[in-house]
Amino acid sequence: MNHWIIAPVILPALLAPIIGFVMRHDIPLARVASLAGTGALLAIAIGLFLSAGGDPQVYYLGDWPAPFGIVLVLDKLSALMVLLTAVLAMIVLVHAVATGWDARGWHFHALFQFQLMGVIGAFLTGDVFNLFVFFEILLIASYGLMIHSGGRKRMRAGLQYVVINLAGSTLFLFALGVIYAATGTLNMADLAQRIPELPEGEAALVRVAAILLLVVFGLKAALFPVHFWLPATYSSAPAPVAALFAIMTKVGAYAIIRVHSLAFGPDVAATGGMISDWLFPAAIITIAVGAFGVLGARRLMPLIAFSVVGSMGALMVAVSAFEPAAMTAALYYLVHSTFAAAALFLLADLVVSRRESDVLTLRPATVQNGLFAALFFAAAIGMAGMPPLSGFLGKLMVLDAMRAPGQMPWAWAAILIGSLMTIVGFARAGSTLFWKPTALSGEPVPDDGADPAEPAPEQARAGAAEIAPTMLSIAALALVTGFAGPLSGYMSDTSAQVFDRAGYVSAVLDGGPVKQAAEKDKKAEGAEPSQDAPADEPADGEDH
Amino acid sequence: MEFVVASSVGALTAAGVYLILRLRAFAVILGLALLSYAVNVFLFASGRLAINMPPILSPYEDLAYSDPLPQALVLTAIVISFGMTAVLVMVALGAYLESEDDRIDLEDEAEEGDAPGEVSKL
Repeated sequence: MNHWIIAPVILPALLAPIIGFVMRHDIPLARVASLAGTGALLAIAIGLFLSAGGDPQVYYLGDWPAPFGIVLVLDKLSALMVLLTAVLAMIVLVHAVATGWDARGWHFHALFQFQLMGVIGAFLTGDVFNLFVFFEILLIASYGLMIHSGGRKRMRAGLQYVVINLAGSTLFLFALGVIYAATGTLNMADLAQRIPELPEGEAALVRVAAILLLVVFGLKAALFPVHFWLPATYSSAPAPVAALFAIMTKVGAYAIIRVHSLAFGPDVAATGGMISDWLFPAAIITIAVGAFGVLGARRLMPLIAFSVVGSMGALMVAVSAFEPAAMTAALYYLVHSTFAAAALFLLADLVVSRRESDVLTLRPATVQNGLFAALFFAAAIGMAGMPPLSGFLGKLMVLDAMRAPGQMPWAWAAILIGSLMTIVGFARAGSTLFWKPTALSGEPVPDDGADPAEPAPEQARAGAAEIAPTMLSIAALALVTGFAGPLSGYMSDTSAQVFDRAGYVSAVLDGGPVKQAAEKDKKAEGAEPSQDAPADEPADGEDH
Repeated sequence: MEFVVASSVGALTAAGVYLILRLRAFAVILGLALLSYAVNVFLFASGRLAINMPPILSPYEDLAYSDPLPQALVLTAIVISFGMTAVLVMVALGAYLESEDDRIDLEDEAEEGDAPGEVSKL
């Protein structure tokens, strides 16, 4: 058993309380600890990523055999997501430290580590109830991060965010209750084995549970019609936190990919193509919502938030096909859109903190206007899906995969028109922010409301440490573009593994340590049926 | 007994949903609390309803038993929803103290965005 699998969950879990209780009055110390912890996490994630090449590796918590105890499963998909989380966390943390965001409220670093613990745990777990628990961990940390440094608007948006997610958690529990009542298990591998064998009468319960779970995960992934919380939340959250939240929507997407392809896939009689039938139109409308939002936004932060909604739509269009080629495209686009969203939010923070407003009206140019404009241009074409960056390749792969006659017109029209509207929205925002101000040459703007006689306050130039995280995110986009060949090869292996349900089930259920030991004992002394028979009976139990 | 449990879950859920759709934070908090009670009772029922049965197997004779797992799940769910309600109350209190009213909806984004003085307080 590879004990490193649980290390990325335990490390932040131990570090967060230490930072919270011991270092709360000492920001430099907390920064060092948080950076060191995230660095170690990154190293572990790289190690896990390199070791996840073969069959799924299973970690049996407490050495309990599979359907009874909780398992963590490291396969290519979860290793990829853990690595993505660790890289993004490092970038965001450097930005938060360099710009001083972490010192504008309490407990930034402790909450940040708890957030990482929840996200990584959700990616690794192989048990649906445990997934719920990790969702709650990442949510409760995100509530704290969302309202970090306070302010009236942020507190009110935060309240909405908490309420909508608590309602979502309740739905999640209802779904889990239905699943347990119908199947008697909550282990994902066991569910994948049992749901296809269910009698016809139980199928209705399973369908209800599948749709409830789709709503819950769709809420996290900002899918129409439960996307409405995202623009208000992301645009009110502190910008580094919004950049970190780029991975939170991906948690919802990951949960749909994992749970719905394992347990409720198209080849399961009880659900059939039902999930695709609901997911596909929802994803199409999500693209439309995102595109119209980008076009209509009058402030920079909501504009970026709506572009995130649109990118989740494009991602979920590819996921909704539930077949390997489309999943390959979806995973590639997932990695790309995470970094694109992070780059935009981090850059927006640099610009907005110097412009003192994210309203898209004319204001004097910032001191490093040219640099910011170049970075914005790069990140925006990445997000909109223009060549040469990976957004173009990702969308191309999605389009290429969506060739089914019933889907092609809708998917192609939505993605292409949505991209065009996103380009227009970003181009308008960019020209207002960066281009038109150069013509003003420092003249006060009439609709600014500021006193013309008053000299503009001296703007602090962004140092290398402040710009580096944004540069790194864009560099990550460039890397994803440059190594698109090997990366999409890896994604194709990953999606093959995602749909290899038999491999997942046998890795989890047949590899149990206790089971192996029991078999060894049986061989050694011969079976004793009188003792073993009652112990095998409650096969519908599981320990939490 | 099934009727009593089912109708109580239904009544709690209905009341919870109604209260969540109110505009005041306090009603919404009460609604979420009711919903979490409903889901706790519902989780209990997912292990089938049983009275006066031990939650454990007997190796000595073939006794009926009640499923212990939903009880463990409910315990986890209670702890989590209790903690979440506490967080929600604190966030709602913070929002109330910041904005002097406990409405749960946001102001019109566009109006706010037009006023150049009204910056998002970064």
